[in-house]
Amino acid sequence: MTGLCAVFRKELSDHFSSYRFVILFALIAMISFITSYMAGMQLRDNLETLSKTKFPYLMLFSTPGAVFSMVQFVAFFGPLIGLVLGFDSINRERAHGTLIKIVSQPIFRDAVINGKFLAGVVTILVMLLAIVLVITGFGLSIVGVVPTFEEIWRIVAYLVMSIFYISLWLGVSIFFSIAFRSIATSALASVALWIFLSFFVTLGAEAVANSVAPVEKQDVQAETIMRNARIKEGLSLLSPMVLYSEATTTIIDPMRKTTSTMLFMTPLEQILSSRFQNPLSLSQSLIVVFPHVTVLIALTLICFAISYVVFMLQEIRS
Amino acid sequence: MEPAAIIETRNLTKQYGTQTAVRDLSFQVEDGEVFGFLGPNGAGKTTTILMLLGLTRPSSGTATVCGLDPLRNSRNVKSLVGYLPENMGFYSDLTPLQSLDYVAELNGIPREIRSERIQKSLETVGLSEQIRKKVGAFSRGMRQRLGIAEVLIKEPRLMILDEPTLGLDPEGASQLIELIQSLNRERKMTVLVSSHNLSQVQKISQRVGIMVKGHMIAKGSLESLAKESLGIEDGHYSLEDIYMKYFKEV
Repeated sequence: MTGLCAVFRKELSDHFSSYRFVILFALIAMISFITSYMAGMQLRDNLETLSKTKFPYLMLFSTPGAVFSMVQFVAFFGPLIGLVLGFDSINRERAHGTLIKIVSQPIFRDAVINGKFLAGVVTILVMLLAIVLVITGFGLSIVGVVPTFEEIWRIVAYLVMSIFYISLWLGVSIFFSIAFRSIATSALASVALWIFLSFFVTLGAEAVANSVAPVEKQDVQAETIMRNARIKEGLSLLSPMVLYSEATTTIIDPMRKTTSTMLFMTPLEQILSSRFQNPLSLSQSLIVVFPHVTVLIALTLICFAISYVVFMLQEIRS
Repeated sequence: MEPAAIIETRNLTKQYGTQTAVRDLSFQVEDGEVFGFLGPNGAGKTTTILMLLGLTRPSSGTATVCGLDPLRNSRNVKSLVGYLPENMGFYSDLTPLQSLDYVAELNGIPREIRSERIQKSLETVGLSEQIRKKVGAFSRGMRQRLGIAEVLIKEPRLMILDEPTLGLDPEGASQLIELIQSLNRERKMTVLVSSHNLSQVQKISQRVGIMVKGHMIAKGSLESLAKESLGIEDGHYSLEDIYMKYFKEV
């Protein structure tokens, strides 16, 4: 345990004192300020005129202010935090000859990788918590919304999911930093995998769905449209980003009853249903996203487990 | 019963794929001596050292270090053995104090005695004046001495030094050799030192082992090796001649 604590403390202080962290945090803080400010302004106008929203605090996170909402932003660029924190964690030490020094001290070898991963997770936690608190403060001062207990619990659930999601990418980048000796290669490999899984999988899913069940034709059967949608949704779930965004948008928006984006309703039906429907309770929302969250957590753990095993079996000698 | 030998290996073998890095290595290092571990690059010296520390698993054979099996008790062995690797790395943005503090923490040295230990080992290696500089600004000689300080902080029974004088200027190298010698004499510390600088090894070590291509082709005290290879008995020999003689026989 002493080894784990020592490595953890060293890594954490390295993270917080590095320029890399400062730049990353400044960038993310700036974007979240702007996003939540825009969302807040829009929300204030809405509240003054119509006043329909039941959960104004959560709207700060889910309203697309200018281009995207806070939730969407974390889904898109959150992985970058994980990648930047981890892409050189092992191979930099190897290249500088400090890895052999650490493992020749009386510690278990896994203390190195556990300490590094934990320090990264805690850094992510601190970053996200700070941003959520700042947005909450914004909401209080600009819009005047006070979070209810239910909303706070929803935000906590959102934070937990986000930490697992970003830690998944931290695990990926740590794995590449173990597998590749060169720092540039591991950085490129992690970015490539991120782009592939986050952006190309959804495009690919659409292409596959359209070729299996074409919907561009004139007279399309309803069944074909359903099949197309089902294939597209199923394949997109291969992407952790889709998994995460579906789960978090459902948690953040209590009016959502399903993770599926595919809803066919006429405008009149929509108005009727929105007038007469009530929000889901938190426990019901959690049940809706339960499969998503389980898969997300499992992916994170599997990714870390693979890095762990590879690191333990690898020759330390450079 | 405490064994007299601090390191003892029996038929230690390490294979990487089809290549054999170390073959049937059996040797002993006795308590309190300086053992010179010689051989050309790639002879398997570093591999042997890693096996002694339990950092690499031998393909066959056994090793005993301080009476412990490094494979089963790697952590205990590593708390008794200080290892200075070849090209030891440092965190360049730390000061020597921070660097030593980290190593002390990894060794589980309690906080109360940590600063005292750090001061003591800095004094031993003669770096007490340089504690404000960052390690990144250190010269190679200073870095090697800091490396020794990091080894000393755990107060080891055995020091394993892999090419400690490599890349040092003559003055720095001889200072380091004197330091090793005084640690051996004053603190009765056992030292296994691997080096290419034969005159320095001759100066400090009582016994040597010569490794070529994974085999230890000669081992013993300097006098006995001089007698065996060169037939010199009056003590006027150089280790270099002995080494070249054995080396050519292979």
